[in-house]
Amino acid sequence: MDQNESIFREEAYELLSVLESSLLELEQNPVDNELISKIFRAMHTIKGSGAMFGFDKVAAFTHDIETVYDLLRNGKIIANKELIDLTLSSCDQIRRMIEGPDEADADEAARLTMAFQKFLSLVTDKTGQDKPRQAKAETKELLSPEPANQKVTYRIRFRPHKDIFSRGTNTTLLITEMRKMGVCKFIAQTDEIPLLSELNPEYCYTYWDIMLTTNQGLNAVKDVFIFVEDDCDLKIEAVDEDGAEERDEYKKLGEILIERGDVSREVVEKLMGDHKKIGELLVVEGLVAPDKIRSALAEQQHVHEMREKNRAADTSSTIRVPAARLDRLVNMVGELVTVQSRLSQLAAQVNDADLVLVAEEVERLTAELRDNTMSIRMLPIGNTFSNFKRLVRDLSEELGKQITLVTEGADTELDKTVIEKLNDPLIHLIRNSIDHGVEPPAVREQKGKQRQGTIRLTAQHAGAHVLIHINDDGAGLDAEAIRRKAIEKNIISADDKLTEKEIFALIFAPGFSMAKTVTNVSGRGVGMDVVKKGIDGLNGTIVIESKINVGTTITLKLPLTMAIIDGLLVRIAESFFVLPLSAIEECVELTRADVEQMHGRNIVHIRGEVVPYIPLRERFGIMGDPPLIEQVIISRVGDDRFGLVVDQVIGQHQTVIKNLGKFYRQIKEVSGATILGDGTVALIIDISQLVSGAVAEES
Amino acid sequence: MPDTIMTVDDSASIRQMVSFTLKQAGYAVIEAVDGQDALGKLDSSAAKMIITDLNMPNLDGIGLIRAVRANPAYRFIPIVMLTTESQAEKKQEGKDAGATGWIVKPFKPDQLLAVIRKVLG
Repeated sequence: MDQNESIFREEAYELLSVLESSLLELEQNPVDNELISKIFRAMHTIKGSGAMFGFDKVAAFTHDIETVYDLLRNGKIIANKELIDLTLSSCDQIRRMIEGPDEADADEAARLTMAFQKFLSLVTDKTGQDKPRQAKAETKELLSPEPANQKVTYRIRFRPHKDIFSRGTNTTLLITEMRKMGVCKFIAQTDEIPLLSELNPEYCYTYWDIMLTTNQGLNAVKDVFIFVEDDCDLKIEAVDEDGAEERDEYKKLGEILIERGDVSREVVEKLMGDHKKIGELLVVEGLVAPDKIRSALAEQQHVHEMREKNRAADTSSTIRVPAARLDRLVNMVGELVTVQSRLSQLAAQVNDADLVLVAEEVERLTAELRDNTMSIRMLPIGNTFSNFKRLVRDLSEELGKQITLVTEGADTELDKTVIEKLNDPLIHLIRNSIDHGVEPPAVREQKGKQRQGTIRLTAQHAGAHVLIHINDDGAGLDAEAIRRKAIEKNIISADDKLTEKEIFALIFAPGFSMAKTVTNVSGRGVGMDVVKKGIDGLNGTIVIESKINVGTTITLKLPLTMAIIDGLLVRIAESFFVLPLSAIEECVELTRADVEQMHGRNIVHIRGEVVPYIPLRERFGIMGDPPLIEQVIISRVGDDRFGLVVDQVIGQHQTVIKNLGKFYRQIKEVSGATILGDGTVALIIDISQLVSGAVAEES
Repeated sequence: MPDTIMTVDDSASIRQMVSFTLKQAGYAVIEAVDGQDALGKLDSSAAKMIITDLNMPNLDGIGLIRAVRANPAYRFIPIVMLTTESQAEKKQEGKDAGATGWIVKPFKPDQLLAVIRKVLG
């Protein structure tokens, strides 16, 4: 560029001397247009070249002078001595500016600029023109890159005027340029090409329908056609923006043709009556050229393809949010649910139809919001699953076994907190399967099994629960061996009669271990009871099924979420309690007569089955007499049914679970609390803990 | 053989800059100092494209474009004019005369090449 600079300097000095002599001549002959043009051109060149070679100050300074001389040239003003004096001193100023930035006197430049602007303002006021602004608007016109990341599909109909070639435009190049911008489909429309005898080879008869999907923004698309705007009919429409993703429907062929103005709505509607393909019909009837149909079809396909692509991209387009924020959101939704139930209660009390209407609306919205928020917290269990692959690989190698882990239903979603708490129990269970379940390869071969064992980890939805199966094709549980071991460890007594399922459940007892030798994998008798506790903590259940030499399946049944549950609201005296609805089977009445009939034993007969119950009033030490008719809530804990006696069943309640303070954490029977509509606190009862506590006390 | 581009400008510095940029990009360049000079050199040049200033002595850019378009051999040659921001009417005049496109001064070498690729391919 240095070389350019010196060339510019030389040229500028030359121009400046031309300017000086011309200006002096102009003083003698102020209306000589040829002279004025010469001065204008010189200024123009200084300005243009100055800007080009980095003499921005020179260019800026010359701009106003050039404008004044343009006016002079057009006869808008007439040169006077003042103007010529000004211009001459400007020439000196320009010379100084070119010689070096240090030589130039900024104040002098400002003074001169002001003076020229005064000239301009005189004229612009008169003619009402505002040149500088106009100039500014234009600089933006060409090649303006515009940041836009959104992918938009444009439908472009580019119909060049016939004589477009006479301006040296090559239409093919425009098309090539567009191709570089994104995914692009061209359909050339040839219906206007005349017969050979009438064809003028210098004319452009073809026009194009273009589908372009690009993220470069509308301006970039328009820039492609910037030189030919006036030489063509150009229609650019956005047909499918990223934002419109929600729409699952695609535009029908007829719609597209109508939008493009290729056919009228009436015609389409008329033809829609016949149940044939609209495109074929339009062609048969000669209403639309085949190319146009082809083009509309291409649009349909293009939009389709782009959406498919977007969808693929969408799967990864997620945002990460700190879990704490999510928890706060859930808490707030919880508060909202509470407030809403207060509103509903109030509305019911006041019994004002309008208020009830609003309350119901709020209830509906709250429920939707709750479900949505909960779904945000849902995570696929797959991440946890993939952790286990490594575990299985390392452990089986360590134990000299060949085991593959097969996972199914990795996309099953569970509440974030559930998944977090599920990790440890699952590790224990899988370790157990590896250690106790799957046999070493040699043993497997003897049994006629494949050397390689399989552990299958599957997750599936079942109503408001998720079932997780851990299945192995190993040795299976030996019920008799477990029984012996349990007797040995004093977990059961020798004369206890237990079903197979009950025996299997013994492995979850604290201190129970089947391992003959203690490995670092298992055998210390801690683990399975931890699993049981963990799953209980999640309000889940564990079931074991096993067959000797076929394998063992452990099934975990877990609630989808833990933050808000459906509960049954009950009352004892003045206290309210919530029982998790998922564990409840039915409610029956308990009269004084029923109680007397059983001679003080806490049991009820339900359709021939004897069900023990726990009078909660007694258990919780609530003062006062029970009502004449009490309610027994029959709930299922594991395989057994237990009744819980309360004064009154109030009804189903959306329960926002609040943790109890530190001080109350050790109370096993209560898993949390919730706030009722009127602000009262209701304790949430952990039924399985309550029952096992009561059973333990009995024995 | 590289495409030949003719640059027409009365400013030596602009000519120099344009021709330097074009040569760097692999084009052959023919320089002309004004419209008349350009017309005189055109036939023997085999130019594939013309880049011309508008304000020039003797024959200005508009006149040059008209004259080139009148020559059957150059009816479809791409012609790009160099304009300044304040020359909206000039630009229109140039388009009407048959210019293919334009570049607004001041421009950077990259912008010049972008426009050349746009019209010359």
